[in-house]
Amino acid sequence: MSAPALESTAAATRSAARRIDGALITLLIGAAILWFAPTGMGRYGTYVLSLWLVMSIGVMGLNLTLGYAGQSSLAQAGFMGLGAYTTAILTTKWGVSWYAAFGLSGLLTFFVGILLGFPALRVRTHYLAFVTLAFSTLVWLLLRNEQWLTGGAFGIPNIDRPQFFGIKLFGALEFHRFVVAVTLVLSLVLWWLVRSPWGRAFTALRENPVRAASLGVDTRAYTLLAFAIGSAYGGFSGSLFAPLVEFIDPSPFTLSQSLFLLLMVVAGGSGYFFGPFVGALLGVVLPEWLRFAGSLYLIIFATIVLALLIICPQGVSGLIERCWAALGRRFGRKAGGTP
Amino acid sequence: MSPVLEVQDLHKAFGGIKAVNGVSFSVREGEILGIIGPNGCGKSTLFNCILGQLEPTEGSVKLDGRDVTRMRPSDLNRLGVSRTFQLLQVFPELSVRENLILAGQEHQGSMLGRLFGARDAGLSDKAEQMIGFFKLGHLAEAKAGGLSYGQQKLLDAAMAFMAGPRLVLLDEPAGGVNLTMLGDLKERLRAINAEQGATFVVIEHNMDFVMSLCSRVIVLAEGKVLAEGTPAEVRADPAVIEAYLGH
Repeated sequence: MSAPALESTAAATRSAARRIDGALITLLIGAAILWFAPTGMGRYGTYVLSLWLVMSIGVMGLNLTLGYAGQSSLAQAGFMGLGAYTTAILTTKWGVSWYAAFGLSGLLTFFVGILLGFPALRVRTHYLAFVTLAFSTLVWLLLRNEQWLTGGAFGIPNIDRPQFFGIKLFGALEFHRFVVAVTLVLSLVLWWLVRSPWGRAFTALRENPVRAASLGVDTRAYTLLAFAIGSAYGGFSGSLFAPLVEFIDPSPFTLSQSLFLLLMVVAGGSGYFFGPFVGALLGVVLPEWLRFAGSLYLIIFATIVLALLIICPQGVSGLIERCWAALGRRFGRKAGGTP
Repeated sequence: MSPVLEVQDLHKAFGGIKAVNGVSFSVREGEILGIIGPNGCGKSTLFNCILGQLEPTEGSVKLDGRDVTRMRPSDLNRLGVSRTFQLLQVFPELSVRENLILAGQEHQGSMLGRLFGARDAGLSDKAEQMIGFFKLGHLAEAKAGGLSYGQQKLLDAAMAFMAGPRLVLLDEPAGGVNLTMLGDLKERLRAINAEQGATFVVIEHNMDFVMSLCSRVIVLAEGKVLAEGTPAEVRADPAVIEAYLGH
């Protein structure tokens, strides 16, 4: 083969490699593994796996708002609460199907997210965090005090799990597989979004909003969208959480849970696509693994997270990226013989 | 024919300090206008007022005869006005190519269309062209934050031209750039001006750069226009020599 022909073949291979996205393949393989993962894990193990995925969806939303678009928010648990209660109220009191309730939960939190985004047009960083903190507290008070609607501290029991084309998803394994499917769909949507020009605009908003505006980026619209979409993911997460636990009360949607979700974003790797899965793994599954330590588990958990953030402020995903780059350099040296 | 840009009696005060104090000038189609003056004379404030980054206290800004005073920077950009900043303003976490695509993408179709459209918003070829034009070919995939200062300056300038603007305001494009790159930059700006008919307003302290690039120069001092004319006229003006150029 002639040199130009070789070059064009190599260019075509490079172009094909660019089209096949590593994140997409990882998502599909991950979903396939998680589909079969609960085999032999029992009901509780399966529940923890499902809870991990449900939390990951909420953390994905916060990662979009904070990690990609750089907008501080301490309100994600509030949005999860709004989603969970909307779904619970609609399905148990009004007989609405879970699918419609899921869509409406997303829609409601999307629009409330837009409203919460307005202060972000005026204030930034920790000032914005305080505004969202007030919102989170407000939602929690609403859930606890408006007993006629939310059941107050008694919560809402007997939340049914949905059916899928006539297949009942009442069992832990069936519902887990349903959660895997929904998580995959929502992850694919977000994957598309962050790869699109919108994703680039969100990054620009995070890195330099003044410069972004001078290049025609409508920073107002993208700020509101970052809040709205991130909040909708919180709503979707809550909408799956309600049928997963089958009983909800205000306690999982407190301000401390918002802080915990923020910790998951940071520990997993803020602004990394798979950061939320890693962060939620640390936040949901690690405490389960540490149960052998009894009452010491929270201390061990906090120590691990602290150590992680000191070693790698960019979270586990940042650490993995650094290791990968180091391996690549080493491999490159061996293969090519050049530094 | 109305000028591309017309600034009339522009004022900007910060408390008691009048940073811009009644500046008026206009820029003709295809012209390269230089704005010079000592540090703190209000050059960058003037740019920021024209471009909507700061709200002027008084006065008006017209683009092609249309009043654009206090218009948002993103809207002005979509009307074909682009800029660079005094301090470097690239997006460090994005690659050189991504920086360039970002600089042009908001001019491609509607917002919703961009979400469902091509990932590169159809700008890969244009970005490639700019990368070649500004001699950044070997750095296309490198993160902008890892580039040298001069290379980032070139990228910054390249970004300002991605959307094919008709008016570009460059704030100290030569600051901190070495002599070789400075020559490259000047050559690129001249070529874009000649080939695309783009109009420039350039703030600069490097006198050789301004005098050899611009067809007309305005001198600012203490927020006011001190002198205006061709580079030769300005260089010979005693008031300018006294206030800025020195003997």
